[in-house]
Amino acid sequence: MKFHLILGAALLVVAGCSSPTLPDPDPTSGGIDDTDDGSSTAGMGRDGLEGGEEFGDDRMGAGELGTIIYFDFDQSELRPEYTDLVAQHANQLANNSRLRVRLEGHADERGSREYNIGLGERRAQAVRRMLLIQGASASQIATVSFGEERPAAFGSDEESYSLNRRVEIKVGN
Amino acid sequence: MNNGIRIMLKLTNRVALAFLLSALLGGQALAELTIRITQGVGKQTPVAIVPFGFQGTTPDEVLDIASVIAADLARSGRFAPIPVADMLQKPTTGTEIDFDDWSILGVEAVVVGRLEQTGANAYSLQFQLFDVFRRQQLVGYRMPASRGTMRKAAHRAADMIYEKLTGIPGVFGTQVAYVTAKGSGNSRLYSLVISDADGENEQTIMESPDPIMSPAWSPDSRQLAYVSFEDNVSSVFVQTLRTGNRIKVSSRPGINGAPAFSPDGRQLVLTLGGADGNLDIHVLDLTSRELTRLTTNRAIDTEGSWSPDGKEIFFTSDRSGGPQIYRVSADGRGTPERVTFEGSYNARPRLSPDGSKLAMVHLDRGNYRIAVMDMKRKDLLVLSAGSQDESPSFAPNSDTLIYATRQGGNGVLETVSADGLVRQQLAGGQIDVREPVWSPFPRF
Repeated sequence: MKFHLILGAALLVVAGCSSPTLPDPDPTSGGIDDTDDGSSTAGMGRDGLEGGEEFGDDRMGAGELGTIIYFDFDQSELRPEYTDLVAQHANQLANNSRLRVRLEGHADERGSREYNIGLGERRAQAVRRMLLIQGASASQIATVSFGEERPAAFGSDEESYSLNRRVEIKVGN
Repeated sequence: MNNGIRIMLKLTNRVALAFLLSALLGGQALAELTIRITQGVGKQTPVAIVPFGFQGTTPDEVLDIASVIAADLARSGRFAPIPVADMLQKPTTGTEIDFDDWSILGVEAVVVGRLEQTGANAYSLQFQLFDVFRRQQLVGYRMPASRGTMRKAAHRAADMIYEKLTGIPGVFGTQVAYVTAKGSGNSRLYSLVISDADGENEQTIMESPDPIMSPAWSPDSRQLAYVSFEDNVSSVFVQTLRTGNRIKVSSRPGINGAPAFSPDGRQLVLTLGGADGNLDIHVLDLTSRELTRLTTNRAIDTEGSWSPDGKEIFFTSDRSGGPQIYRVSADGRGTPERVTFEGSYNARPRLSPDGSKLAMVHLDRGNYRIAVMDMKRKDLLVLSAGSQDESPSFAPNSDTLIYATRQGGNGVLETVSADGLVRQQLAGGQIDVREPVWSPFPRF
C-alpha cells in the first residue's frame, strides 16, 4: 500500500513536467537568470574589474527563485531535484545577512492533525538544515508548521495530497 | 497584532435571541449542525413524551419542551418516541394518566409535564416519568427557568429521564466546541465555535484569518485552551468564555501545540518543538508557569492527554517508525511505555473519563478510523466507517464519542456509542467542521 502510494506520487511528478495543473518542480526554470540580472555579472574576466563579488537579491520575496518544495508521502527527505534550489536560497542568505526566510512546513490531510503539524515541521527542518549547512545562519531562519491546516489544494485525492506535502520558503527582510 | 482576529463573549442576549428564533422556526433553520441518525441499535425502546401543559400569559414565547426532550432521546439511538398524533390522551400530570391507553400502544415509559409562568420572564418547569408496565413514577422533578435557560432546562430533564431509563448519565445538557473553516485564499476564515450537544445555540468565541487548532475544555467548562497561528507563529491561548479574556500561555520558538488541561485544571500538557523542531511533551503549571519536560526523544512526541487521575500522560510518538501511543508519568519521572501494538498508525489518544477505554485514530486497512482500546482486555474496536476520521473526544459519561469525518469535501461531525452500535451525524452545511471536543458535565 505504502509502496504503491509513493510510486503514484513519483509518477505525478513526472507528469507534472508537462502538466499545467502542477507547479513546475524544475528549479532551473525559476532560478536566477544571468542575462537580465545585473548582480550576477561580477568577477567574470580579467578586465580590471577583478575582486567583485556576488550578492543576493534583497527584494521582498526575491521573486526569481522558486519557493515551494514538494515531498513524497510520509517523507521529509529532500528530493534530489530541489538540491539546486535550496543551494541558491542558502547562497542568497549567506550573501545578505539582513535577509530572512520563514520556512512553512505543510502535510497532506490524512491522519491526525497535531501529528501532521509534526510532519510539516520535520519537512521545514530538513530544508533548514540544508540552508544552514550551506552557509545561512540560524538567526536568518524561522520555521513554522501549518500541518494540514493551510492546504494549497482542497481535493481528497493523490494529486491534491502531493501539492499539499510541501515547504514554502517565504523571503523577507 | 490583532489583524483580523475577533474575540467574542458568550452573550446571554445572543442566547436568548437564538432561543426565540429557534422556537419560532421550530429549532431547525438556525442551526448549522442538524442531527441525522445513520445507524441505530436493533431495538429502540418506545416511549411517549406528551406535549407539556402551559399556564401563563405568553404561550407564544415558550419553547416546546416535549419536542426537545423527544429529540434528545431519539438522538441517543436507544429510544423511539412515538408521534404526538398517535397519542390517545395528552395528560399533563400523573393523575391524568390512563396507563391502558399507553400499554395498548406498546409504550414502555411516559413523560408528562407542565410549564407555569411565575413572572414576566420566570417559569417553573415540572415533569414526571412513569413506567407504564409497573404503573409507577420513576422521576418527578421541578425546576425554575427563564426564556434564556428554557432549552437548557429541557436538556436537563432529558438527562434525568435518560439516566433513570438506562442507568447511564445523559449528556444532552453538555456542550461541544469545534473549529470551522470557510472560504479560500485571502478570504479564508477560521472560527472557534461552541454549541449545545444537539448543535443548537452556536456561538463563535474567536475567529481569525489564520488557522485555529486543538480546542480543549477546562474541567470546569469555563475556559478553552487552543492553538492559534496569528502572525504566522503558533501560540497556545487560554480563553475565558464568559468574559472573552484570553491569555497567551505559550509562545516559545517553534511549535506550541496540542494543549490539554489536567483533571484539576492547574496544568496544561503541551507539545513544544523549539528552534530545532524536536517535538516533545511538556507540562506547564498555569500558576507558577513552571515547565516540566516529559519526553526527550528525537521523534515526534505530541498529542498529550491526561489519565483521569492526573498521574499519567498518554501521547503519540513515532519513535518506533510510525505513530503509536505511549504513556509516561506526568511528574516527569519514569520512562515512556508503549501502549498500542495493533496496526501501523495509532494517534491522538484520549482516555474515557472513567479510564476504561482509550480512543485513538487508527489506520484500518487504508482508512483512518476511530477505534477504542479496552484498557483491561487490550482489544481494539473500530467504531467509525469513514476514510479520514479524526479527533475522537469522549462525552463525559464515557458512553459516547464525537469525532470528525469527511463528506463531500467538507469535515462533518459524527457521534458514536462506545460499543459502536449507535452512530449519527451532526450534518454541517457548506463549511468545513473539525476537531470537536465534548465538554465536561455542567456544574449546578
